[in-house]
Amino acid sequence: MRFEYNIEAGNFSKAGDASSSFKKILKQLNVDPQIIKRIVVSLYEGEVNIVAHANGGKAICEVDTNLVRIHLVDVGPGIPDINKAMQAGYSTASARVREMGFGAGMGLQNIKNNADILNIQSEVGVGTELEIIVNLPKAG
Amino acid sequence: MQVQDIIKILNLEVFGGSGGLNREISGGYTSDLLSDVMGHAECGNIWITLQTHKNVIAIASLKELAAVILIKGNIPDADILEHAENEGIPVLGSKEEAFELTGKLFNLLTR
Ligand SMILES: Nc1ncnc2c1ncn2[C@@H]1O[C@H](COP(=O)(O)OP(=O)(O)OP(=O)(O)O)[C@@H](O)[C@H]1O
Ligand SMILES: [Mg+2]
Repeated sequence: MRFEYNIEAGNFSKAGDASSSFKKILKQLNVDPQIIKRIVVSLYEGEVNIVAHANGGKAICEVDTNLVRIHLVDVGPGIPDINKAMQAGYSTASARVREMGFGAGMGLQNIKNNADILNIQSEVGVGTELEIIVNLPKAG
Repeated sequence: MQVQDIIKILNLEVFGGSGGLNREISGGYTSDLLSDVMGHAECGNIWITLQTHKNVIAIASLKELAAVILIKGNIPDADILEHAENEGIPVLGSKEEAFELTGKLFNLLTR
């Protein structure tokens, strides 16, 4: 099953909508609540990063029998130094974004802590792509 | 302890989300950094914060928090109450600062 969500740049009042929709689907599919929590944290942080830092993008969420795979794809500006971006506390968030309580530099760490696999690819001037995988234990 | 119990004891204002007043409280989390709450608050926690915008409800709902308490007499942004009502997340208010309120709540929940 595949679900796609558009993510608007700069629109904080819609940030979290994709996570909320996908969470409802995972509940309907009877995914273990503990695992839903980990997926939701990961998707939310990726979603907010596109709103806060990118020029818009989308989340493509796939549910397989043994895993959930999320692709977060945006159209730039890209991340110049991924290792630096991964460091807790590193943030380039604007003053406006920080005032709202974003920009602690913890989002990518949250994804790393909750996903089984996190792959980041980025090209400056082109865009960033996150692949997040959370394994689903066998039912029963 | 339920959300409605601490409203009485701590004399909190109820701004919205009254459908969730019987939510059970598992503990508390005090922070104004959204990704800190996203990463570390636990299901059923009461969240104490000075943030007043819509993302507070989004996070509270995604994390299944018991309620949100806005401190220092802060008023929620107008556009969050409908969302809070739909999600059944009580949005509460206190005149006190984070330190005092967190201390009182801690005592109530651990006694
Ligand atoms: N999709 C993206 N496009 C461009 N830059 C990004 C993207 N995602 C993350 N970054 C960069 O990586 C940094 C760290 O991201 P991270 O999510 O860890 O923290 P943050 O978003 O700054 O703050 P927080 O997530 O705690 O609110 C960002 O400040 C930004 O510079
Ligand atoms: Mg972030």
